[in-house]
Amino acid sequence: MRLPKPITRALALMSPDSRSDRVVPPSGHTAWLTTFTAAAMTFLCVFAMALSLASGRLATRWSDALARTSTIRLSAPPGQMEAQTAAILALLAATPGVESARALTDAENRALLEPWFGPELPVEELPLPGLIEVTEADPGYDTDGLRQRLRAEAPGAVLDDHARWRRPLAEAASKLRMLGLLSIILIGTAMAAMVTLAASASLEANAQVVRVLRLVGARDQYIARAFVRRFTLRAFSGACIGAVFGLIGVLILPRADAAGAFLTGLGFTGWGWLLPFVLPPLVGLVAFFSTRYAALRKLREFR
Amino acid sequence: MYINTGKSWARGFGAGFWVQGDRAVIAFESAAYNYGGGELLSDVTLRLAPGSFHFLTGPSGSGKTTFLKMAYAELLPTAGHVTIFDREVKTLGRDDVAAVRRRIGVVHQDVQFLDHLPLATNMQLPLIVSGKKTSADDLNELLKWVGLSHLADALPPSLSGGERQRAALARAIIMGPDVIIADEPTGNVDWEMSLRLLTLLVELNRMGKTILIATHDLNLIRQAKNQIPTRVLRISKRRIQLAGADL
Repeated sequence: MRLPKPITRALALMSPDSRSDRVVPPSGHTAWLTTFTAAAMTFLCVFAMALSLASGRLATRWSDALARTSTIRLSAPPGQMEAQTAAILALLAATPGVESARALTDAENRALLEPWFGPELPVEELPLPGLIEVTEADPGYDTDGLRQRLRAEAPGAVLDDHARWRRPLAEAASKLRMLGLLSIILIGTAMAAMVTLAASASLEANAQVVRVLRLVGARDQYIARAFVRRFTLRAFSGACIGAVFGLIGVLILPRADAAGAFLTGLGFTGWGWLLPFVLPPLVGLVAFFSTRYAALRKLREFR
Repeated sequence: MYINTGKSWARGFGAGFWVQGDRAVIAFESAAYNYGGGELLSDVTLRLAPGSFHFLTGPSGSGKTTFLKMAYAELLPTAGHVTIFDREVKTLGRDDVAAVRRRIGVVHQDVQFLDHLPLATNMQLPLIVSGKKTSADDLNELLKWVGLSHLADALPPSLSGGERQRAALARAIIMGPDVIIADEPTGNVDWEMSLRLLTLLVELNRMGKTILIATHDLNLIRQAKNQIPTRVLRISKRRIQLAGADL
Protein backbone atom coordinates (compact mmCIF):
# COMPACT_ATOMS: atom_id res chain seq x y z
CA MET A 1 0.00 0.00 0.00
CA ARG A 2 1.36 3.40 -0.97
CA LEU A 3 1.03 6.18 1.55
CA PRO A 4 -0.16 9.64 0.45
CA LYS A 5 2.65 11.92 -0.69
CA PRO A 6 2.42 14.42 2.22
CA ILE A 7 2.77 11.55 4.69
CA THR A 8 5.72 9.98 2.92
CA ARG A 9 7.39 13.39 2.73
CA ALA A 10 6.77 13.97 6.44
CA LEU A 11 8.18 10.54 7.26
CA ALA A 12 11.16 11.24 5.04
CA LEU A 13 11.81 14.43 6.97
CA MET A 14 11.92 12.47 10.20
CA SER A 15 13.75 9.42 8.93
CA PRO A 16 17.12 8.95 10.57
CA ASP A 17 19.96 9.95 8.31
CA SER A 18 23.16 10.45 10.21
CA ARG A 19 24.87 11.93 7.16
CA SER A 20 22.09 14.47 6.74
CA ASP A 21 22.24 15.33 10.44
CA ARG A 22 25.99 15.74 10.38
CA VAL A 23 26.00 18.42 7.72
CA VAL A 24 24.44 20.84 10.19
CA PRO A 25 26.92 21.75 12.92
CA PRO A 26 25.95 21.06 16.51
CA SER A 27 23.93 24.10 17.49
CA GLY A 28 24.58 26.17 20.56
CA HIS A 29 21.99 28.01 22.57
CA THR A 30 19.05 27.11 20.34
CA ALA A 31 19.40 23.48 21.47
CA TRP A 32 18.79 23.97 25.17
CA LEU A 33 16.45 26.90 24.48
CA THR A 34 14.10 24.68 22.49
CA THR A 35 14.25 21.87 25.04
CA PHE A 36 13.70 24.29 27.92
CA THR A 37 10.81 26.06 26.16
CA ALA A 38 9.11 22.77 25.34
CA ALA A 39 9.58 21.56 28.93
CA ALA A 40 8.24 24.78 30.46
CA MET A 41 5.28 25.00 28.10
CA THR A 42 4.35 21.36 28.65
CA PHE A 43 4.61 21.83 32.40
CA LEU A 44 2.19 24.78 32.18
CA CYS A 45 -0.02 22.82 29.83
CA VAL A 46 -0.33 19.96 32.34
CA PHE A 47 -1.50 22.46 34.95
CA ALA A 48 -3.88 24.18 32.56
CA MET A 49 -5.32 20.76 31.74
CA ALA A 50 -5.63 19.77 35.39
CA LEU A 51 -7.23 23.06 36.41
CA SER A 52 -9.57 23.06 33.47
CA LEU A 53 -10.70 19.50 34.01
CA ALA A 54 -11.04 19.94 37.77
CA SER A 55 -12.95 23.22 37.56
CA GLY A 56 -15.27 21.84 34.93
CA ARG A 57 -15.80 18.72 36.98
CA LEU A 58 -16.53 20.71 40.13
CA ALA A 59 -19.07 22.97 38.44
CA THR A 60 -20.69 20.00 36.75
CA ARG A 61 -20.94 18.22 40.07
CA TRP A 62 -22.62 21.25 41.68
CA SER A 63 -24.90 21.66 38.73
CA ASP A 64 -25.82 17.94 38.75
CA ALA A 65 -26.56 18.02 42.46
CA LEU A 66 -28.87 20.98 42.03
CA ALA A 67 -30.39 19.52 38.91
CA ARG A 68 -31.45 16.38 40.73
CA THR A 69 -33.21 18.16 43.59
CA SER A 70 -35.93 20.77 43.77
CA THR A 71 -37.84 22.46 46.56
CA ILE A 72 -41.52 23.15 47.14
CA ARG A 73 -42.19 26.19 49.28
CA LEU A 74 -45.58 26.08 50.98
CA SER A 75 -47.27 29.16 52.41
CA ALA A 76 -50.50 28.33 54.20
CA PRO A 77 -52.39 29.35 57.32
CA PRO A 78 -50.93 27.59 60.39
CA GLY A 79 -53.98 25.39 60.73
CA GLN A 80 -53.76 24.07 57.20
CA MET A 81 -50.02 23.71 56.93
CA GLU A 82 -49.87 20.10 58.06
CA ALA A 83 -52.80 18.95 55.91
CA GLN A 84 -51.51 20.70 52.79
CA THR A 85 -48.03 19.29 53.37
CA ALA A 86 -49.47 15.80 53.58
CA ALA A 87 -51.49 16.41 50.40
CA ILE A 88 -48.43 17.60 48.54
CA LEU A 89 -46.37 14.63 49.71
CA ALA A 90 -49.14 12.30 48.57
CA LEU A 91 -49.26 14.07 45.24
CA LEU A 92 -45.49 13.78 44.85
CA ALA A 93 -45.57 10.10 45.76
CA ALA A 94 -47.90 9.55 42.85
CA THR A 95 -45.94 11.73 40.42
CA PRO A 96 -43.81 9.84 37.86
CA GLY A 97 -40.19 11.02 37.89
CA VAL A 98 -40.10 11.81 41.59
CA GLU A 99 -37.74 9.50 43.44
CA SER A 100 -38.48 10.76 46.91
CA ALA A 101 -39.89 13.74 48.76
CA ARG A 102 -39.79 14.80 52.39
CA ALA A 103 -40.74 17.83 54.42
CA LEU A 104 -37.92 19.60 56.18
CA THR A 105 -38.17 19.52 59.96
CA ASP A 106 -38.06 22.63 62.15
CA ALA A 107 -34.52 21.75 63.11
CA GLU A 108 -33.48 21.67 59.46
CA ASN A 109 -35.24 24.98 58.82
CA ARG A 110 -33.38 26.47 61.76
CA ALA A 111 -30.09 25.17 60.42
CA LEU A 112 -30.78 26.79 57.07
CA LEU A 113 -31.53 30.16 58.64
CA GLU A 114 -28.84 29.98 61.28
CA PRO A 115 -26.10 31.63 59.18
CA TRP A 116 -28.26 34.74 58.86
CA PHE A 117 -30.25 34.89 62.12
CA GLY A 118 -28.15 32.99 64.61
CA PRO A 119 -28.89 29.80 66.60
CA GLU A 120 -31.54 31.27 68.90
CA LEU A 121 -34.14 31.88 66.21
CA PRO A 122 -37.64 30.83 67.42
CA VAL A 123 -38.59 29.05 64.23
CA GLU A 124 -41.82 27.72 65.72
CA GLU A 125 -43.11 31.22 66.39
CA LEU A 126 -42.35 32.64 62.95
CA PRO A 127 -44.70 32.37 59.99
CA LEU A 128 -42.13 30.59 57.90
CA PRO A 129 -43.12 28.68 54.80
CA GLY A 130 -42.82 24.93 54.89
CA LEU A 131 -40.14 23.39 52.71
CA ILE A 132 -40.39 20.07 50.92
CA GLU A 133 -37.27 18.62 49.32
CA VAL A 134 -37.93 16.67 46.15
CA THR A 135 -35.36 14.29 44.66
CA GLU A 136 -35.83 13.54 41.00
CA ALA A 137 -35.61 10.14 39.42
CA ASP A 138 -33.99 9.66 36.02
CA PRO A 139 -35.76 10.76 33.85
CA GLY A 140 -37.16 13.57 35.91
CA TYR A 141 -40.72 14.74 36.34
CA ASP A 142 -42.79 17.06 34.16
CA THR A 143 -42.24 20.43 35.83
CA ASP A 144 -45.18 22.24 34.22
CA GLY A 145 -47.60 19.39 34.94
CA LEU A 146 -46.48 19.23 38.59
CA ARG A 147 -46.90 22.99 38.96
CA GLN A 148 -50.50 22.78 37.67
CA ARG A 149 -51.41 19.95 40.01
CA LEU A 150 -49.79 21.74 42.96
CA ARG A 151 -51.84 24.83 42.16
CA ALA A 152 -54.98 22.68 42.37
CA GLU A 153 -54.01 20.84 45.59
CA ALA A 154 -52.23 23.64 47.48
CA PRO A 155 -52.53 27.09 45.98
CA GLY A 156 -49.81 28.43 48.31
CA ALA A 157 -47.20 25.95 47.08
CA VAL A 158 -44.39 27.12 44.80
CA LEU A 159 -42.11 24.70 42.98
CA ASP A 160 -38.48 25.85 42.71
CA ASP A 161 -36.57 23.54 40.36
CA HIS A 162 -33.25 25.42 40.96
CA ALA A 163 -33.06 26.46 37.29
CA ARG A 164 -31.88 29.97 38.22
CA TRP A 165 -29.00 28.50 40.27
CA ARG A 166 -28.19 25.79 37.81
CA ARG A 167 -27.90 27.97 34.70
CA PRO A 168 -25.02 30.18 35.89
CA LEU A 169 -23.21 27.13 37.23
CA ALA A 170 -23.56 25.34 33.90
CA GLU A 171 -22.37 28.49 32.14
CA ALA A 172 -19.45 28.77 34.54
CA ALA A 173 -18.53 25.16 33.90
CA SER A 174 -18.65 25.70 30.16
CA LYS A 175 -16.61 28.90 30.39
CA LEU A 176 -14.02 27.26 32.61
CA ARG A 177 -13.61 24.47 30.11
CA MET A 178 -13.34 27.00 27.28
CA LEU A 179 -10.79 28.99 29.27
CA GLY A 180 -8.74 25.88 29.89
CA LEU A 181 -8.89 24.94 26.22
CA LEU A 182 -7.94 28.48 25.22
CA SER A 183 -4.97 28.39 27.62
CA ILE A 184 -3.80 25.11 26.10
CA ILE A 185 -4.16 26.52 22.58
CA LEU A 186 -2.29 29.69 23.58
CA ILE A 187 0.48 27.68 25.19
CA GLY A 188 0.71 25.51 22.07
CA THR A 189 0.77 28.53 19.78
CA ALA A 190 3.38 30.27 21.90
CA MET A 191 5.49 27.15 21.78
CA ALA A 192 5.11 26.84 18.02
CA ALA A 193 6.19 30.48 17.71
CA MET A 194 9.21 29.89 19.95
CA VAL A 195 10.27 26.80 18.04
CA THR A 196 9.81 28.65 14.74
CA LEU A 197 11.96 31.50 16.00
CA ALA A 198 14.61 29.12 17.29
CA ALA A 199 14.63 27.19 14.01
CA SER A 200 14.84 30.42 12.01
CA ALA A 201 17.69 31.63 14.22
CA SER A 202 19.45 28.32 13.75
CA LEU A 203 19.04 28.50 9.97
CA GLU A 204 20.23 32.11 10.01
CA ALA A 205 23.27 31.11 12.04
CA ASN A 206 23.94 28.32 9.56
CA ALA A 207 23.49 30.45 6.43
CA GLN A 208 26.92 29.43 5.19
CA VAL A 209 26.08 25.76 5.62
CA VAL A 210 22.83 26.20 3.71
CA ARG A 211 24.59 28.16 0.95
CA VAL A 212 27.24 25.47 0.53
CA LEU A 213 24.65 22.70 0.53
CA ARG A 214 22.56 24.42 -2.13
CA LEU A 215 25.69 25.04 -4.18
CA VAL A 216 26.57 21.36 -4.22
CA GLY A 217 23.04 20.37 -5.23
CA ALA A 218 21.20 19.67 -1.98
CA ARG A 219 17.42 19.76 -2.23
CA ASP A 220 15.42 21.82 0.27
CA GLN A 221 13.94 18.64 1.68
CA TYR A 222 17.41 17.33 2.45
CA ILE A 223 18.52 20.49 4.22
CA ALA A 224 15.24 20.88 6.08
CA ARG A 225 15.39 17.29 7.28
CA ALA A 226 18.43 17.88 9.46
CA PHE A 227 16.83 20.88 11.14
CA VAL A 228 13.36 19.35 11.45
CA ARG A 229 14.65 16.16 13.03
CA ARG A 230 16.82 18.04 15.45
CA PHE A 231 14.14 20.45 16.63
CA THR A 232 11.39 17.86 16.77
CA LEU A 233 13.47 15.55 18.93
CA ARG A 234 14.52 18.41 21.18
CA ALA A 235 10.95 19.61 21.64
CA PHE A 236 9.76 16.04 22.23
CA SER A 237 12.38 15.36 24.88
CA GLY A 238 11.69 18.74 26.50
CA ALA A 239 7.97 17.95 26.54
CA CYS A 240 8.62 14.58 28.18
CA ILE A 241 10.55 16.32 30.95
CA GLY A 242 7.84 18.98 31.31
CA ALA A 243 5.05 16.39 31.42
CA VAL A 244 6.81 14.36 34.11
CA PHE A 245 7.41 17.45 36.26
CA GLY A 246 3.85 18.64 35.63
CA LEU A 247 2.45 15.29 36.80
CA ILE A 248 4.65 15.38 39.88
CA GLY A 249 3.38 18.91 40.54
CA VAL A 250 -0.24 17.79 40.27
CA LEU A 251 0.46 14.76 42.47
CA ILE A 252 1.92 16.85 45.28
CA LEU A 253 -1.03 19.27 45.30
CA PRO A 254 -2.79 19.25 48.70
CA ARG A 255 -5.47 16.61 48.98
CA ALA A 256 -9.10 17.66 49.12
CA ASP A 257 -9.55 16.85 52.82
CA ALA A 258 -6.45 18.87 53.70
CA ALA A 259 -7.13 21.84 51.44
CA GLY A 260 -10.82 22.35 52.02
CA ALA A 261 -13.90 21.86 49.94
CA PHE A 262 -13.06 24.40 47.24
CA LEU A 263 -10.02 22.45 46.12
CA THR A 264 -11.93 19.19 46.00
CA GLY A 265 -11.11 17.28 42.87
CA LEU A 266 -8.11 19.39 41.72
CA GLY A 267 -5.90 17.26 39.50
CA PHE A 268 -6.80 14.36 37.27
CA THR A 269 -9.16 11.48 37.77
CA GLY A 270 -9.41 8.18 35.97
CA TRP A 271 -8.39 8.34 32.32
CA GLY A 272 -7.51 12.02 32.84
CA TRP A 273 -4.13 10.90 34.20
CA LEU A 274 -3.28 9.71 30.70
CA LEU A 275 -3.83 13.12 29.15
CA PRO A 276 -0.39 14.55 30.03
CA PHE A 277 1.18 11.65 28.14
CA VAL A 278 -0.51 12.90 24.98
CA LEU A 279 1.39 16.17 25.28
CA PRO A 280 4.95 15.08 24.26
CA PRO A 281 3.85 13.59 20.90
CA LEU A 282 1.63 16.62 20.38
CA VAL A 283 4.50 18.98 21.16
CA GLY A 284 6.71 16.96 18.82
CA LEU A 285 4.10 17.37 16.10
CA VAL A 286 3.87 21.12 16.70
CA ALA A 287 7.67 21.37 16.59
CA PHE A 288 7.80 19.26 13.44
CA PHE A 289 5.40 21.47 11.51
CA SER A 290 6.71 24.78 12.84
CA THR A 291 10.34 23.85 12.09
CA ARG A 292 9.40 22.55 8.68
CA TYR A 293 7.53 25.76 7.95
CA ALA A 294 10.43 27.90 9.20
CA ALA A 295 13.05 25.85 7.34
CA LEU A 296 11.30 25.76 3.99
CA ARG A 297 10.45 29.46 4.20
CA LYS A 298 14.02 30.39 5.14
CA LEU A 299 15.49 28.18 2.44
CA ARG A 300 13.68 30.22 -0.19
CA GLU A 301 16.12 33.02 0.58
CA PHE A 302 18.81 30.84 -0.96
CA ARG A 303 18.47 29.92 -4.60
CA MET B 1 27.40 29.36 -32.54
CA TYR B 2 27.63 33.06 -32.21
CA ILE B 3 28.44 35.80 -29.82
CA ASN B 4 26.92 39.22 -29.51
CA THR B 5 29.53 41.94 -29.48
CA GLY B 6 27.76 45.14 -28.69
CA LYS B 7 25.36 46.18 -31.41
CA SER B 8 26.49 43.75 -34.05
CA TRP B 9 26.47 39.98 -34.14
CA ALA B 10 29.91 38.57 -34.51
CA ARG B 11 30.44 35.04 -35.59
CA GLY B 12 32.49 32.97 -33.28
CA PHE B 13 35.59 31.31 -34.52
CA GLY B 14 37.28 28.11 -33.64
CA ALA B 15 35.62 24.92 -34.69
CA GLY B 16 33.54 23.28 -31.99
CA PHE B 17 33.24 26.36 -29.85
CA TRP B 18 30.65 28.76 -31.14
CA VAL B 19 29.20 27.22 -34.21
CA GLN B 20 25.55 28.05 -34.65
CA GLY B 21 23.29 25.07 -34.22
CA ASP B 22 25.71 23.02 -32.13
CA ARG B 23 24.57 21.58 -28.86
CA ALA B 24 25.23 23.90 -25.94
CA VAL B 25 25.51 23.04 -22.27
CA ILE B 26 24.80 26.62 -21.26
CA ALA B 27 23.24 29.22 -23.53
CA PHE B 28 22.51 32.91 -23.05
CA GLU B 29 20.05 34.59 -25.39
CA SER B 30 19.77 38.37 -25.18
CA ALA B 31 20.19 37.93 -21.44
CA ALA B 32 20.52 40.93 -19.17
CA TYR B 33 20.92 41.44 -15.48
CA ASN B 34 19.76 44.47 -13.58
CA TYR B 35 20.69 44.94 -9.94
CA GLY B 36 18.18 47.71 -9.52
CA GLY B 37 20.66 50.50 -10.00
CA GLY B 38 21.01 50.02 -13.73
CA GLU B 39 21.96 47.16 -16.02
CA LEU B 40 25.13 45.30 -15.15
CA LEU B 41 24.97 42.97 -18.11
CA SER B 42 23.09 43.66 -21.27
CA ASP B 43 22.05 41.72 -24.34
CA VAL B 44 24.35 38.76 -23.73
CA THR B 45 24.07 36.02 -26.32
CA LEU B 46 26.45 33.10 -26.35
CA ARG B 47 26.56 29.36 -26.17
CA LEU B 48 29.08 27.17 -24.41
CA ALA B 49 29.68 23.99 -26.33
CA PRO B 50 30.35 20.73 -24.50
CA GLY B 51 34.03 20.18 -23.88
CA SER B 52 34.99 23.81 -24.50
CA PHE B 53 37.38 25.83 -22.38
CA HIS B 54 36.59 29.50 -21.79
CA PHE B 55 38.14 32.28 -19.82
CA LEU B 56 36.08 35.27 -18.79
CA THR B 57 37.90 38.52 -18.13
CA GLY B 58 36.96 42.08 -17.41
CA PRO B 59 37.56 44.81 -14.88
CA SER B 60 36.42 44.43 -11.29
CA GLY B 61 32.71 45.07 -10.96
CA SER B 62 32.10 44.48 -14.63
CA GLY B 63 29.75 41.57 -13.95
CA LYS B 64 31.93 38.47 -14.23
CA THR B 65 30.59 36.91 -11.05
CA THR B 66 27.04 37.85 -12.01
CA PHE B 67 27.52 36.18 -15.37
CA LEU B 68 28.84 33.03 -13.70
CA LYS B 69 26.00 33.02 -11.19
CA MET B 70 23.52 33.14 -14.05
CA ALA B 71 25.40 30.24 -15.63
CA TYR B 72 24.72 28.00 -12.64
CA ALA B 73 21.21 29.32 -11.89
CA GLU B 74 22.16 31.26 -8.78
CA LEU B 75 20.76 34.39 -10.40
CA LEU B 76 17.97 34.69 -12.92
CA PRO B 77 18.33 37.04 -15.88
CA THR B 78 16.14 40.12 -15.58
CA ALA B 79 15.65 40.02 -19.35
CA GLY B 80 16.28 37.47 -22.08
CA HIS B 81 16.86 33.79 -21.55
CA VAL B 82 19.43 31.47 -20.06
CA THR B 83 19.22 27.76 -20.67
CA ILE B 84 21.26 25.18 -18.83
CA PHE B 85 21.32 21.69 -20.27
CA ASP B 86 18.49 22.76 -22.57
CA ARG B 87 16.28 23.93 -19.71
CA GLU B 88 15.19 27.53 -19.33
CA VAL B 89 16.37 28.62 -15.86
CA LYS B 90 13.26 30.70 -15.19
CA THR B 91 11.14 27.56 -15.37
CA LEU B 92 13.32 25.55 -13.01
CA GLY B 93 11.81 24.66 -9.67
CA ARG B 94 14.00 24.52 -6.58
CA ASP B 95 14.55 20.77 -6.92
CA ASP B 96 15.39 21.28 -10.60
CA VAL B 97 18.01 23.86 -9.63
CA ALA B 98 19.49 21.33 -7.22
CA ALA B 99 19.55 18.74 -10.00
CA VAL B 100 21.29 21.21 -12.34
CA ARG B 101 23.90 22.02 -9.68
CA ARG B 102 24.79 18.35 -9.48
CA ARG B 103 25.91 18.59 -13.08
CA ILE B 104 27.86 21.80 -12.57
CA GLY B 105 30.88 21.99 -10.30
CA VAL B 106 31.44 25.49 -8.93
CA VAL B 107 34.66 26.86 -7.43
CA HIS B 108 34.49 30.27 -5.81
CA GLN B 109 37.34 32.60 -5.04
CA ASP B 110 36.22 32.67 -1.38
CA VAL B 111 35.68 28.96 -1.12
CA GLN B 112 33.16 28.00 1.53
CA PHE B 113 33.20 24.71 3.36
CA LEU B 114 31.36 23.20 6.27
CA ASP B 115 33.96 24.08 8.85
CA HIS B 116 32.89 21.43 11.34
CA LEU B 117 33.49 18.57 8.93
CA PRO B 118 36.86 17.17 7.87
CA LEU B 119 38.18 17.93 4.44
CA ALA B 120 37.44 14.46 3.04
CA THR B 121 33.78 14.75 4.08
CA ASN B 122 33.59 18.25 2.63
CA MET B 123 34.89 16.94 -0.66
CA GLN B 124 32.20 14.27 -0.65
CA LEU B 125 29.36 16.71 0.05
CA PRO B 126 27.89 16.59 -3.48
CA LEU B 127 27.73 12.79 -3.18
CA ILE B 128 26.33 12.91 0.34
CA VAL B 129 23.49 15.30 -0.53
CA SER B 130 22.54 13.22 -3.56
CA GLY B 131 22.53 10.00 -1.54
CA LYS B 132 25.50 8.50 -3.35
CA LYS B 133 28.63 6.97 -1.96
CA THR B 134 32.16 6.77 -3.12
CA SER B 135 34.69 4.10 -2.41
CA ALA B 136 37.64 4.84 -0.18
CA ASP B 137 39.94 4.09 -3.09
CA ASP B 138 38.25 6.63 -5.35
CA LEU B 139 38.35 9.23 -2.61
CA ASN B 140 42.02 8.59 -1.92
CA GLU B 141 42.75 8.82 -5.60
CA LEU B 142 40.99 12.18 -5.82
CA LEU B 143 42.79 13.45 -2.73
CA LYS B 144 46.07 12.36 -4.27
CA TRP B 145 45.18 13.99 -7.58
CA VAL B 146 44.69 17.36 -5.89
CA GLY B 147 47.67 16.75 -3.60
CA LEU B 148 45.71 16.75 -0.35
CA SER B 149 46.07 13.12 0.79
CA HIS B 150 47.83 14.18 3.96
CA LEU B 151 45.00 16.59 4.88
CA ALA B 152 42.01 14.28 4.56
CA ASP B 153 41.12 14.61 8.24
CA ALA B 154 41.99 18.29 8.57
CA LEU B 155 39.26 20.82 9.26
CA PRO B 156 38.85 23.51 6.58
CA PRO B 157 39.84 26.48 8.76
CA SER B 158 43.32 24.97 9.09
CA LEU B 159 43.91 24.90 5.31
CA SER B 160 45.90 27.42 3.31
CA GLY B 161 44.40 29.37 0.39
CA GLY B 162 45.85 27.01 -2.20
CA GLU B 163 44.75 23.93 -0.31
CA ARG B 164 41.25 25.33 -0.04
CA GLN B 165 41.15 26.03 -3.78
CA ARG B 166 42.30 22.51 -4.62
CA ALA B 167 39.82 21.04 -2.15
CA ALA B 168 37.07 23.13 -3.74
CA LEU B 169 38.08 21.85 -7.15
CA ALA B 170 37.99 18.29 -5.87
CA ARG B 171 34.53 18.91 -4.40
CA ALA B 172 33.41 20.43 -7.70
CA ILE B 173 34.42 17.41 -9.73
CA ILE B 174 33.63 14.52 -7.41
CA MET B 175 30.19 14.04 -8.97
CA GLY B 176 31.67 13.96 -12.45
CA PRO B 177 29.91 17.14 -13.56
CA ASP B 178 29.56 18.16 -17.17
CA VAL B 179 30.60 21.74 -16.51
CA ILE B 180 33.10 23.33 -14.15
CA ILE B 181 32.69 27.00 -13.35
CA ALA B 182 35.44 28.72 -11.41
CA ASP B 183 35.38 32.30 -10.18
CA GLU B 184 38.91 33.63 -9.74
CA PRO B 185 40.19 30.21 -8.64
CA THR B 186 43.76 31.47 -8.51
CA GLY B 187 42.97 34.79 -6.84
CA ASN B 188 44.38 33.80 -3.44
CA VAL B 189 47.27 31.61 -4.46
CA ASP B 190 50.81 32.09 -5.69
CA TRP B 191 51.91 31.51 -9.27
CA GLU B 192 53.13 28.01 -8.66
CA MET B 193 49.80 27.00 -7.16
CA SER B 194 47.97 28.80 -9.97
CA LEU B 195 49.79 26.66 -12.52
CA ARG B 196 48.98 23.55 -10.55
CA LEU B 197 45.29 24.43 -10.47
CA LEU B 198 45.38 25.26 -14.17
CA THR B 199 46.94 21.88 -14.90
CA LEU B 200 44.11 20.21 -13.04
CA LEU B 201 41.51 22.17 -15.01
CA VAL B 202 43.24 21.43 -18.31
CA GLU B 203 43.27 17.76 -17.43
CA LEU B 204 39.56 17.89 -16.70
CA ASN B 205 38.92 19.60 -20.00
CA ARG B 206 40.83 16.87 -21.78
CA MET B 207 38.44 14.45 -20.09
CA GLY B 208 35.60 16.25 -21.87
CA LYS B 209 34.45 18.66 -19.20
CA THR B 210 33.32 22.14 -20.18
CA ILE B 211 35.34 24.72 -18.30
CA LEU B 212 34.46 28.36 -17.66
CA ILE B 213 36.89 30.40 -15.58
CA ALA B 214 36.61 34.04 -14.57
CA THR B 215 40.04 35.53 -14.01
CA HIS B 216 42.08 38.72 -14.09
CA ASP B 217 45.25 36.79 -14.59
CA LEU B 218 46.38 37.23 -18.22
CA ASN B 219 49.48 35.15 -17.59
CA LEU B 220 47.29 32.27 -16.57
CA ILE B 221 45.30 32.61 -19.78
CA ARG B 222 48.50 32.69 -21.87
CA GLN B 223 49.73 29.62 -20.03
CA ALA B 224 46.47 27.80 -20.75
CA LYS B 225 46.55 28.78 -24.41
CA ASN B 226 49.90 27.08 -24.66
CA GLN B 227 48.41 23.83 -23.46
CA ILE B 228 44.91 23.67 -24.88
CA PRO B 229 42.57 25.50 -27.27
CA THR B 230 40.80 28.13 -25.23
CA ARG B 231 38.61 31.10 -25.93
CA VAL B 232 38.58 34.31 -23.97
CA LEU B 233 35.46 36.33 -23.31
CA ARG B 234 35.74 39.89 -22.11
CA ILE B 235 33.04 41.89 -20.38
CA SER B 236 33.16 45.45 -21.52
CA LYS B 237 30.48 48.11 -21.28
CA ARG B 238 27.95 45.61 -19.94
CA ARG B 239 28.39 43.31 -22.91
CA ILE B 240 30.36 40.19 -23.54
CA GLN B 241 32.88 40.37 -26.33
CA LEU B 242 35.22 37.89 -27.79
CA ALA B 243 38.85 38.57 -26.90
CA GLY B 244 41.93 36.53 -27.19
CA ALA B 245 43.66 37.63 -30.34
CA ASP B 246 45.67 40.21 -28.42
CA LEU B 247 46.66 37.86 -25.63
